[in-house]
Amino acid sequence: MTMLRAVNKPGLVAAISLALLLLVVFPTVLGSYWLNLISKYLVFAIVGVGIVLAWGYGGILSLGQGLFFGIGGYLMAMYLKLQASAPDLPDFMIWSSTEVLPWWWRPYHSLSVTLISIAIIPAALAFVFSYAVFRKRVGGVYFAIVTLALALTLTVMLVGQQGYTGGANGITDFKTLAGMSIISNKAKVVLYFVQIVILFVVMGIGTAIIKSRLGKILIAIRDREDRVRFSGYDTALFKAFIFTVSAFFSALGGALYSLQVGLITPTLVGVVASIEMIIYVAVGGRLSIVGAVFGALLVGWSKSVISESFPTVWLLFLGGLFIVITMFLPSGLAGLLIRLRFRRVTNAAPERTQ
Amino acid sequence: MSFDVFVMQAFSGISLFTILVLMALGLAIIFGLMGVINMAHGEIMALGAYVTYLTASVFEKYLPSLMGIYVFFALAFAFLATFAFGWLLERSFIRFLYNRPLDTLLATWGLSLVLQQTYRSVFGAQEVSVSMTSWLDGAWEPVSGIQLPLNRLFIVGLTIVVSVVLYLALYRTRWGLNVRAVTQNRAMSGAAGINTNRVDAMTFAVGSGLAGIAGSVFTMIGSTNPLTGQLYIVDSFIVVVFGGVQTLLGTFLSALVLSQAQTMLEFTLSGSMARVCILLLVVAVLYFRPNGLFSSKVRQ
Repeated sequence: MTMLRAVNKPGLVAAISLALLLLVVFPTVLGSYWLNLISKYLVFAIVGVGIVLAWGYGGILSLGQGLFFGIGGYLMAMYLKLQASAPDLPDFMIWSSTEVLPWWWRPYHSLSVTLISIAIIPAALAFVFSYAVFRKRVGGVYFAIVTLALALTLTVMLVGQQGYTGGANGITDFKTLAGMSIISNKAKVVLYFVQIVILFVVMGIGTAIIKSRLGKILIAIRDREDRVRFSGYDTALFKAFIFTVSAFFSALGGALYSLQVGLITPTLVGVVASIEMIIYVAVGGRLSIVGAVFGALLVGWSKSVISESFPTVWLLFLGGLFIVITMFLPSGLAGLLIRLRFRRVTNAAPERTQ
Repeated sequence: MSFDVFVMQAFSGISLFTILVLMALGLAIIFGLMGVINMAHGEIMALGAYVTYLTASVFEKYLPSLMGIYVFFALAFAFLATFAFGWLLERSFIRFLYNRPLDTLLATWGLSLVLQQTYRSVFGAQEVSVSMTSWLDGAWEPVSGIQLPLNRLFIVGLTIVVSVVLYLALYRTRWGLNVRAVTQNRAMSGAAGINTNRVDAMTFAVGSGLAGIAGSVFTMIGSTNPLTGQLYIVDSFIVVVFGGVQTLLGTFLSALVLSQAQTMLEFTLSGSMARVCILLLVVAVLYFRPNGLFSSKVRQ
């Protein structure tokens, strides 16, 4: 108990330093090039918060977060593309000689429909799918593999249906959001701050869930699902709920990605992207929301630096990171810091996630 | 559908079946029997393929007279190399993660990235392909109009041999008895005097060796590049999970079902949509039979 209470304080300190870093230090010190990159990492930080909730606290490892990221991203991209090419058809449709706009593209002329879709469609899919699966008591590794297969399915579909989805090149070349430019430097700066606000709201929601009694039940389910079930809880419902929240955050991240980076491609949906999202969290610490944000910033930053100057080293580095973190630092950097501080109090090694 | 189209269609189904079986057998042992998620399994297959490529190059250069039988040397070398690699991997790495399946998944994923990059640095990013042995080039034409490629026939034969040997090894040898005992109840086997660490390492190495054979064989039907392993891994997992882990027979049956479904769907739909259908079919089946299609009922 002493440890639990003590951990809150470093968490708060870390959150405040994060806010200072993002709001004050980065905008004053860094140029627009780096600020744009940081914006991109923040997108993955939002996804990461969802992964902390599902993986760290729910014990659900999803290797298909790219699926929800992709749905959110593509929905946003559909709207932006229609805006950019109105009143004509989007260019890639013309290239693949699609004659009329497919019916399921049509609603995305409207921003409000788009935003509602982003909020509802991925979350609804996630809930229906995961509740069904968890009711059947499929969990752990099997769930990870099934989600991986789903992410793969979506990638194959996106690449295959060139005329409707832009194929392997994805959708790009956006111009405006509700009439406002999104490609000017000023717009990028505004977006950066909007993203920070969204990130902190997401972190707040995550912390609230963990601190609530719901969070306690989730931890109990993670550590001993049988016992919680025998106590009369519908464990599948709780797991489906937290998975849905994480899917929602992923979709939100995807939508922001389209908006901020200005393109979405099947690569961002696929297996590799989905697993990269996991490493952000693994590095930061699967039990720490702030840790996941720092992890996303750190890994994103090293990816930019390393793949720019030594492209061949990046995969070695990423692979090595996976190995080292899971073998020696299962609770990531956050866990390392806590362990250093509380070396005497506890050797509470990260508990089994199964 | 005329008769010869039907026969060729059926043969391509059988051929895909044997390929899936070869691909999945190693994983069926490592994942199915041992319960270890090895995401680097595909890269171990790629290792087998690259060893085959090396063997072929060496034979071409120094022993051109033996080119006709290099296939058998290549298979042996591929098996030995991946067997040794698997042993090393289990001893140095996998064994520390036995009780943490999700971490095993992530760590071996990391390993697969490292291996991919290593292949890229050593063999280059381009595809490498092996020149076909002359007697495997061509097709067997039992009736005019029906052509059965010889290399596919060779794979069918090899799959049968490998399967029979594996069956005998698992069910007719001391080692197989130990493996089955350890995978069923590790603590009890240990108490009965079986060196479980040794059995684990051996089992993992044999599974890797099978992957190496599969990789070696695949050089006959396609070229190899650093990302080849990624192509195989998903299919292998689907076959094993679909069939139900812990049953080798299930792996065979599921490979049969999936290969027939795939060839039939590809006949009517485009390749990518056929794949999507298969993936969704597998997810749906797993929903109704979470332990796989052909699993026996066990208490959990």
